[in-house]
Amino acid sequence: MAAIFQGIGAAAALPSAKKFHSQSRRFVSARKGSLFVVRSDGRPSLVLPRGAAAKADASATSTASKPGHELLLFEALREGLEEEMDRDPLVCVMGEDVGHYGGSYKVTKGLAAKYGDLRVLDTPIAENSFTGMGIGAAMTGLRPIIEGMNMGFLLLAFNQISNNCGMLHYTSGGQFKIPVVIRGPGGVGRQLGAEHSQRLESYFQSIPGIQMVACSTPYNAKGLMKAAIRSENPVILFEHVLLYNLKERIPDDEYVLSLEEAEMVRPGEHVTILTYSRMRYHVMQAAKTLVNKGYDPEVIDIRSLKPFDLYTIGNSVKKTHRVLIVEECMRTGGIGASLTAAITENFIDYLDAPIVCLSSQDVPTPYAGTLEEWTVVQPAQIVTAVEQLCQ
Amino acid sequence: MASSFLSSGIIQPLPLRSPDKPQTLFDHLKTTSTFLGSTSKLRSVSLSKPNLPNPHRRSTVVAVSDVLKEKKTKSAASSSQLLITREEGLELYEDMVLGRAFEDMCAQMYYRGKMFGFVHLYNGQEAVSTGFIKLLKKEDCVVSTYRDHVHALSKGVPARAVMSELFGKATGCCRGQGGSMHMFSKEHNVLGGFAFIGEGIPVATGAAFTSKYKREVLKEDCDEVTLAFFGDGTCNNGQFFECLNMASLWKLPIVFVVENNLWAIGMSHLRATSDPEIWKKGPAFGMPGFHVDGMDVLKVREVAKEAIQRARRGEGPTLVECETYRFRGHSLADPDELRDPAEKAHYAARDPLTALKKYIFDNKLASEAELKAIEKKIDEVVEESVEFADASPPPPRSQLLENVFADPKGFGIGPDGSYRCEDPKFTEGTAHV
Repeated sequence: MAAIFQGIGAAAALPSAKKFHSQSRRFVSARKGSLFVVRSDGRPSLVLPRGAAAKADASATSTASKPGHELLLFEALREGLEEEMDRDPLVCVMGEDVGHYGGSYKVTKGLAAKYGDLRVLDTPIAENSFTGMGIGAAMTGLRPIIEGMNMGFLLLAFNQISNNCGMLHYTSGGQFKIPVVIRGPGGVGRQLGAEHSQRLESYFQSIPGIQMVACSTPYNAKGLMKAAIRSENPVILFEHVLLYNLKERIPDDEYVLSLEEAEMVRPGEHVTILTYSRMRYHVMQAAKTLVNKGYDPEVIDIRSLKPFDLYTIGNSVKKTHRVLIVEECMRTGGIGASLTAAITENFIDYLDAPIVCLSSQDVPTPYAGTLEEWTVVQPAQIVTAVEQLCQ
Repeated sequence: MASSFLSSGIIQPLPLRSPDKPQTLFDHLKTTSTFLGSTSKLRSVSLSKPNLPNPHRRSTVVAVSDVLKEKKTKSAASSSQLLITREEGLELYEDMVLGRAFEDMCAQMYYRGKMFGFVHLYNGQEAVSTGFIKLLKKEDCVVSTYRDHVHALSKGVPARAVMSELFGKATGCCRGQGGSMHMFSKEHNVLGGFAFIGEGIPVATGAAFTSKYKREVLKEDCDEVTLAFFGDGTCNNGQFFECLNMASLWKLPIVFVVENNLWAIGMSHLRATSDPEIWKKGPAFGMPGFHVDGMDVLKVREVAKEAIQRARRGEGPTLVECETYRFRGHSLADPDELRDPAEKAHYAARDPLTALKKYIFDNKLASEAELKAIEKKIDEVVEESVEFADASPPPPRSQLLENVFADPKGFGIGPDGSYRCEDPKFTEGTAHV
């Protein structure tokens, strides 16, 4: 399913080139306070300009690109992780059951056997402390990837994520960097109960100094994993419990995506639908219905939850003048709430209607299947909202 | 293969993957200690020690100081039994005088309105910082709490950089962005400075993890150790216990140094802790636990030597509880009304600077004039640091956003398509992010 929509995305026009996106850009070594950064790698990394990735995928006649290979999303994450661990011996993984067990969703399967028990570290159940340990290791030169077995468990690590992960680069006056990746499965699954169904992106979004991205396809999962590992900033990578078995054909060539960019899923004219993670699929399902009813929605997977890609989003708003946000966060203080504020602040003149935000109900996710279904946004609600918005 | 360190009477658990030879658990209890750490035996710890001035303080430090006194009286004539050389003595004295003079100056500057916020002074505890940190190499790491000025100074951060930081100037070690509770130095490997107690311990554990990783994964010749300093209050916190477990499990090269000054602001350690003898918590996690007189820099140094060497050899962590005392309140805002004047007097009589001075004189390591010269030199250093801080500029507006991200692309892409950090207003600090 993901591949089809990538193909549709290929029809989007190439945007104007942005300075930081040229492929073999090198930056001058940094003094404190300068804008230039040292790339952590010596090798040129293929940071694709937007749209080009989709183009490569959809282009069947290009002789330059290979046919690619098919895999599931959790395998794509592992592939990205493994490539980075091969490339840089400082990259290591720590978390509960990441080693011998292979990870609760098999993202790290086989890695401990290949890299050893210290590089793929099985930790005791002490989230706050092993997250802090990862931060201390990052400050002293390593590049750890810290896995929360379920994102909800990272609530225990909030002290370290907020105070140390986000802040120490600043409070140390720029002396210590914290290149960690904190990742794990979150979101509402299939009757996992309230505490295993949490969306922490809303809690972490205010922490200064961190970046947050959410993957939704095998293609962007691998690309974002690699980008997050290479980033000098602490990055929280949100995966979704229900998306791990998505299958897609991804390129054989190495690629790294941009952490700050949004992804055009389906260009359109009538309404901008902004979404991320699992809700992308509910949106695309609703889009089918909407297309049959004669609507032309533009669907953007924002991918970068913090910071927002106001360029892609803004261009879309300027074209369609109507915005619908579909997210899995709670209504109160969620990503949608922040996004609504950001769009209103920046693009109020381009809006023909108030921004509509569809979020999950402010309810602890119930166990019963029927109740659980009603807490998250369903495609029918999205169709109704677009119809109302476009009146 | 018990070293003399292990034979000091502290319970040593069976190794997790035991070697072929069976070990009896309590062998070491039969050996005598040549060691100046605590001589408590796990089974025979008696909880009431009537011969201490503070009857509430449950400590076995009396036994240790007796041993040391004996050694001292014998050693007056023979230098081979001296604990330190002349050079070491002068180095230790200078470091402790620096710590004391600096903190006294901080108090003055605070009351004159040159520094603000929460300032926690280290007066009285200098023996712990000097005793441990002066044994470290530059590559070794130190992690502390909010009472961190003297740890930074002992590790080598210049006094002017620390004073400047306290004044909030751009020339401070953290560019004025950290303040009293967040002293960092990449050059000297001071990893903070943390405001919440306990949150530095995992960071220290991580630094020790890096050391082990370098040795075992990257195959480098690395024997760097990390020292984590924290107080008695922290020892009731989850992160303390979680890190004791992990450090022991993976034999990380770290020493956990408890600066037990009996008080967590106004909460007495005895009112907060079910079993106040913190050193006992080490063996529960599989590492040696030591109790030492933290008012005596030489005793601290002896224990520290062994603990640090143990870590360097790859044998794992140690927990060292230093009985110490802060002569001032918790912070400069603390009226310090709860502590008994008799308790304060008892510890004032054990001032670590006076004790070291006496040792130096008794053993003819240096003259009064030489020590006075050191004190004068330090006074000048501290005065100069204040002048430097006074003369330094405060941070300009342009500094506001610079260090939020190591890679400023993290501020994202603005509506015009360029990265926010490319906005000229970004350097002025007036950009809207």
